[in-house]
Amino acid sequence: MKKPIIEMKQVWKEYGAHVVLEKLNLSVQAGEFVSIVGASGCGKTSLLNMLLGTESPSRGAILLDGEVLSTEPDETRGIVFQKYSAFPHLNALENVMLGGEFSASPLLGKVFGSKRQKLKEDALEMLVAVGLGDAALRYPNELSGGMQQRLAIAQALIKEPRILLLDEPFGALDPGIRKDMHKLIRELWKKRGLTIFMITHDLSEGFSLGSRVWVLDKPRIDPQEPDRFGAQIVYDIQLDSKQKIPSSLQHLMSIETQPEAV
Amino acid sequence: MRLMNSKPSRSIRLVLTLLPFVLLVIVYTLASDARLLENPSDKLLPAWSSFYDAIQRMAFEPSKRSGDYLLWVDTWASLQRLLLGVGISALIGLVLGVLNGMLPIMRVTFSPLITAISLIPPMAILPVLFIVFGLGELSKVMLIIIGISPILIRDLQMRTQSLPSEQLIKAQTLGANSWQIMIRVVLPQVLPPLFSAVRLTLGSAWLFLIAGEAIAATEGLGYRIFLIRRYLAMDVILPYVIWIALLAFVMDALLRLFSNRAFPWYHGKRGEE
Repeated sequence: MKKPIIEMKQVWKEYGAHVVLEKLNLSVQAGEFVSIVGASGCGKTSLLNMLLGTESPSRGAILLDGEVLSTEPDETRGIVFQKYSAFPHLNALENVMLGGEFSASPLLGKVFGSKRQKLKEDALEMLVAVGLGDAALRYPNELSGGMQQRLAIAQALIKEPRILLLDEPFGALDPGIRKDMHKLIRELWKKRGLTIFMITHDLSEGFSLGSRVWVLDKPRIDPQEPDRFGAQIVYDIQLDSKQKIPSSLQHLMSIETQPEAV
Repeated sequence: MRLMNSKPSRSIRLVLTLLPFVLLVIVYTLASDARLLENPSDKLLPAWSSFYDAIQRMAFEPSKRSGDYLLWVDTWASLQRLLLGVGISALIGLVLGVLNGMLPIMRVTFSPLITAISLIPPMAILPVLFIVFGLGELSKVMLIIIGISPILIRDLQMRTQSLPSEQLIKAQTLGANSWQIMIRVVLPQVLPPLFSAVRLTLGSAWLFLIAGEAIAATEGLGYRIFLIRRYLAMDVILPYVIWIALLAFVMDALLRLFSNRAFPWYHGKRGEE
């Protein structure tokens, strides 16, 4: 078996006496697409924030390529949020170029001349890949919700991060647009061999999109003190294998899940 | 139709806009005529012809004493102080506001101090300024700076802090350091709010300018008004006041136009959600 890209060793997350996540022992290979599902407030976001670096585990460690994750966000991890991912003062092209400019010019964060031309070509290529070739010169507030998410994906992918994190990326989109976005992300994942972690509250989205599903839930509940026990990965399902989907989840997949109010 | 739903047409809107101004002029003319009929040397409500003479005298004839064209000398002196004061304040507001908003270490250190300073009425420390900085230009510019820069700093700090955290995290995942995020992500986004904040504080800036000039100056719009007050020279005071209002209006309009031009992404339609 190859060396895993992400490893979690006995990871706990607690806020004072409030245990959010407990006993996470997981490893993920490069190229996997992990969907993380679970009820709201069960720690999905804490898990993602730990992968992102904005929060750190209370106990245990998360390893990326065998090294402990740094405790602040960096280039190894790309992120697409539900919204506000794009910079409103830059047009689509400049938004995608920004990542390259940051690494090329530590002092100004801006490059000129032939270097800029090169960045521009790369960025344009990336915009075409996400289907925004025609909207390169438009500002984010002139783009529809779906186009803004395409832009956010392009922006993250141009840095070629080790892992790509998606935080309910399609939660605010219309169902039709969401279907297009599913197609796009599946295509990008296959073609570029990305490793993706996606949080979603939409179970059917989680099961149809990823190659692996983690279901977060609390296996133990103390009715007197609900914060006493945290959530764990209660099901870790490889979707491409013949592993049987637990019957307790099968009924969840059949019902249409309602998107949460934003 | 409900009153709240009825929108006037273009021509009616123009008439309605002008109406209060026209009424004001008519009322003034009637009142002025009535007073002058009773006492031709009345100074309180001068006739339009006296205004014309006064403007002619102040703006287009050299002063008998100094040979200067007083209105322009006064305007130039006041504008210099105002622009210097407002410009320096805007710079201070931008730098400290962004630093305070972005860096927790700066915020913890300076934010309470700035709040405390902003609670001091600037006019109360005007004597201190005159004592410390003398009666020259510096004290008047300082009064404007002390008066409006705390407001600008606090506003810019709030604008910086209200940038969505998603954006700042995104920038970090693109490999930016704090400095790059400051100049490429934060600064461009708080410039348009800086312009609106400056427009809003312009009124206070004028207030502090006139107050400073009234107390110690040898030229300036505020100085002139307070000087000729002794002669009840309403024929000069009122045109000066209108001239000040006009200057303030032009400045406000220029700032608005520039902001619209320079930041189309900010003034364009907001996001679709």
